Amino acid sequence: MAAVSAITPSSAIPSRHRVAARRRIGQSVVVGLLLLATALAVALLVTILGYVVVRGLPAIDLAFFTERPRPFGEPGGGIGPALLGTALLAAVSGAIAIPIGMSAAIFVVEYRSGRFAAPVRFAAELIAGLPSIVIGVFVWALLVRGLVGHYAAIAGAVALAVIMVPIVARTVEEVLRLVPNSLREAALALGAPRWKVIMSIVLPTARAGILTAAILALARSAGETAPLLLTALGNDFFSTDLFRPIAALPLQIYRYAVSPYDDWHTKAWGASLVLVVVIGVVGLLLRVVARQRVR
Amino acid sequence: MSVTMRGTATRETPNEAERASQPAVDPAAPAPRAIALRTEKLSAYYGSAQAVGDVDLTFEVGAVTAIIGPSGCGKSTLLRCLNRMHETTPGARATGRVRLGDVDVYAPATDPVEVRSMVGMVFQKPNPFPMMSVYDNVAAGPRLRGWRMTRREMDDLVERNLRRAALWDEVKDKLHRSGAALSGGQQQRLCIARALATDPSVLLMDEPCSALDPIATYKIEELMRDLSHDVTIVIVTHNMQQASRVSERTAFMLAADDGIGRLVEFGKTDDLFTMPRDARTEAYITGRFG
Repeated sequence: MAAVSAITPSSAIPSRHRVAARRRIGQSVVVGLLLLATALAVALLVTILGYVVVRGLPAIDLAFFTERPRPFGEPGGGIGPALLGTALLAAVSGAIAIPIGMSAAIFVVEYRSGRFAAPVRFAAELIAGLPSIVIGVFVWALLVRGLVGHYAAIAGAVALAVIMVPIVARTVEEVLRLVPNSLREAALALGAPRWKVIMSIVLPTARAGILTAAILALARSAGETAPLLLTALGNDFFSTDLFRPIAALPLQIYRYAVSPYDDWHTKAWGASLVLVVVIGVVGLLLRVVARQRVR
Repeated sequence: MSVTMRGTATRETPNEAERASQPAVDPAAPAPRAIALRTEKLSAYYGSAQAVGDVDLTFEVGAVTAIIGPSGCGKSTLLRCLNRMHETTPGARATGRVRLGDVDVYAPATDPVEVRSMVGMVFQKPNPFPMMSVYDNVAAGPRLRGWRMTRREMDDLVERNLRRAALWDEVKDKLHRSGAALSGGQQQRLCIARALATDPSVLLMDEPCSALDPIATYKIEELMRDLSHDVTIVIVTHNMQQASRVSERTAFMLAADDGIGRLVEFGKTDDLFTMPRDARTEAYITGRFG
């Protein structure tokens, strides 16, 4: 030992103790930075949610959910038509987009694994990447200016459906790939035709995941504003007519928020709170469903 | 469903030169029973890679035939060609002929779905349908094929096939619980019951015990012996003891340097294991490779 320390003086090579100390300092600096960034992200979320709750809560009472908007100056008024409109838009756009998206996913996974998967996935990604205002302009040109001839709920539903299709297709594709191939083989070996294997074995096995995909897409489209401005337009009255303009929560928030009146600003916050809570509850439901799938 | 192809199982060998290149098949072995299934020059491919080359085999009615060989010798691929499951793998195809009774399995007019409905299959890993109960798993085949049955008939069918698979006593009180909740060995017997429920004339088993413990393996082997009275069984196994325990006839396959699996020797199980005629068979069964 003595000979070794004579050849390598302790000043040239840091002692084990000092290396460890330096490592500890580096470690705590990195951990500290990560903690700080995490805290900032959480703080941002809490601030936004808190602000929405604080500003929105005063607007909320029972009438807020059931009444239609009133002209400025009249007290009261609510977001009833917007809630109805958002629900109707979700139902119609879901009825259009979920079968299309599911069919694309089933085709890619069950029938032509490989050959068509890449182009279909690429197309889905391109659509998903389009700014939603562009989809709005497209549907405006196609339906509002073209086929329908005026602003209409159906145009809004189509615009939302275009946004939902790639989300449904990609998510369902992932879910179908999770279904073990051994189950398809077992069913095929029993003498089942391919379509029956899909309907009776693959889809039921994946049903929780498919439900998740559908809800995810609906939640995503529920918050879209830009395409609806150009298609559904908004409406102060209760309407279920698909060929008339219709109210929607994001549109109502926008209309209240850009107004010059304090009372309407409060109502915009209230409507925002409702939208956030609805999407949050849907997200929680998703977690529950996803957990059931694991079980 | 009984197979009616009566057995003159003589092999067509046009000339002696070709005969020399054929696998050694015991010429003295009589073929007293009908042939349920026969392959002629069966080759299988994955894309451009050939996995099985020119296999001629006969499977007797009511017998257990084992296909043995080291990993990668094409034995599972061969098995999957017999009910046209091979082609469900993307890029996979097969050439040559397979005769199932009087059905030409690879004829253009033959519907693979029809073939699969006459041949049951049990896989390496037990694969009961996880979202179905024990009962529904057994009923799955008839339902998938659209058989019209009353509730009562279906109850009888489920019970009969669970009994055939020696599982009834263990599951009769939990018929409506998930099939996935059973033990591994029970799951595999459930899969056997599921495969039997559509009354196949042939049952293909692809290493059915390799995921099971010795006791579960023993039960399945016992079951195979019982079932072979009314179903022709073809079992692929890498376990030579298992082949010698359960089968009457054994085929030994081996992949040559070109990666193509070929039939090396086919004969009575006792003969093949005690006096193999091919040096490669002897090397394999004495544990010198594989």
